[in-house]
Amino acid sequence: MRNDLIQASYVIAALLFVVGLRRMSRPRTARGGIIWAGGGMLLATVATFFWPGLSNYLLMAIAIVVGGGISLYLGERVRMTDMPQMIALFNGMGGGAAAAISAIELIRGGAESDVAVLAVLGGIIGTVSFSGSLIAFAKLQGLIKKSVLFPGQNVINLVVLAGALVAAGLLIAGFGGIWIGLLFILAFAFGIMMTLPIGGADMPVVISLYNALTGLAVGFEGYVLGNAALMVAGMVVGAAGTLLTQLMARAMNRSLANVLFSGFGAAAGIEAGVAVGGAMKPIDFDDAAIMLGYANKVVIVPGYGMAVAQAQHKVWALAQLLEQRGVTAKFAIHPVAGRMPGHMNVLLAEAGVPYDLIVDIEDINEEFLNTDVSIVIGANDVVNPAARTDTASPIYGMPILDVDKSKNVLVVKRGRGTGFAGIDNPLFTADNTHMLLGDAQEVANALVAAVKKL
Amino acid sequence: MIGGVAAIFIFMLAAFTGYEVICRVPVILHTPLMSGSNFIHGIVLVGAMVALGAATSTPQRVIGFVAVLLGAMNAVGGYAVTERMLKMFKSEKEQRSTKEPRG
Repeated sequence: MRNDLIQASYVIAALLFVVGLRRMSRPRTARGGIIWAGGGMLLATVATFFWPGLSNYLLMAIAIVVGGGISLYLGERVRMTDMPQMIALFNGMGGGAAAAISAIELIRGGAESDVAVLAVLGGIIGTVSFSGSLIAFAKLQGLIKKSVLFPGQNVINLVVLAGALVAAGLLIAGFGGIWIGLLFILAFAFGIMMTLPIGGADMPVVISLYNALTGLAVGFEGYVLGNAALMVAGMVVGAAGTLLTQLMARAMNRSLANVLFSGFGAAAGIEAGVAVGGAMKPIDFDDAAIMLGYANKVVIVPGYGMAVAQAQHKVWALAQLLEQRGVTAKFAIHPVAGRMPGHMNVLLAEAGVPYDLIVDIEDINEEFLNTDVSIVIGANDVVNPAARTDTASPIYGMPILDVDKSKNVLVVKRGRGTGFAGIDNPLFTADNTHMLLGDAQEVANALVAAVKKL
Repeated sequence: MIGGVAAIFIFMLAAFTGYEVICRVPVILHTPLMSGSNFIHGIVLVGAMVALGAATSTPQRVIGFVAVLLGAMNAVGGYAVTERMLKMFKSEKEQRSTKEPRG
């Protein structure tokens, strides 16, 4: 009877996870979604305390309080700009937990072969996700600045992975002892070596991949423990995460294989594309304010540079000011603006911008033709028309925001240099483009003041 | 225990569900959704509790303790950051009605 109640609560928890995830995938219901899923987690955790025949309750309680406390502290304090690496960190912890469950099962030994296979697989995948996520965190946090690349790297990585698989095979065949340690050490090393060569710009795709892998590992360990809640939740995340990884890679115009095995940005000795002729034309704040204040429609294109300058509140104030003057103001967001697809939406939401003023690339690109002024703030490659026209450009084929098609373009930029990827941008010297050089926050402040004077 | 064939069915249906739930999600929700799915695999906490609860030797207890610690970090941290991000998402109408200071 008690067992049935526990199993029933796991089924309800799994159901709440699916409903929660469903709601989280729609803007209107997203806020409720996480609360549904949270209820499922609470139910499953409380029910587990009543699992028959368990001991070590004190250790369990201490671990939950300490682990939960650390995470709550980190999670409540992290700045929105640093969110991607925090997600990577928490994801790594989940992978580590799955690996630890696997380790206990292997030490105990004597499992049926099907259980042993999934325990070992879950152990490898969880460990790779653990060490890989830690490297991803360290890179985005700026603790590791270089991408480590050397010849034959992929071959050495494969050898390490093959070593882990040999250990896995021996463990399944009934060996134990030293091979358990070797399995986890090799998998740990593989996770680090696989992640080190990947550049910071590609990291979101990698974090998403590790998220899916942790889900898979959790699902496998669920089978080992005979726990349906882990099996269902883990596999749901495994599938959803895989799809999300593909969507992100597509939004960045990269294939997953390309991200994992090429070391873009680090290795790519980018050949100088077509040299861009012409000069940038600066404009002063009063002229820019007149252009904006008497426009019918203004589209603001924010990039990560805006977030770094913490200018999102000021930019939103400018948009509101324009709206009060009867100007239609919208925000256009490229899928890879920010550090991760959707990251810029989070940053704008933090500043108070309602989500219905934020438009996706597919919808806004048709509107640029009848836009009077586009303001590009701290974005570069995602508005580079070379992606449409110049087959020699490294970003050729990437979907971009067609701001160059609007009547006027204002570009807010810190300096005259090229962007993150070091690619020339013909937009900056186009006839209809004017530059506002300076820190995004200062420029936004000056524009607000100038528009108020009109 | 859950038998082999039943397990394959569970895995298949769960994978299909995960795929269906995500397949038409707008880009604006990618980051919170990744964080939300990250929270959901925090259910590993439950497995870690069972593993620690059944531990009989000191090495098993140590590893089990680490498992519960990491699982709790995954679940609690995943919830905290997802909730923080999603509660900021408001439509224009909602925002006017709550009369929060704007700008």
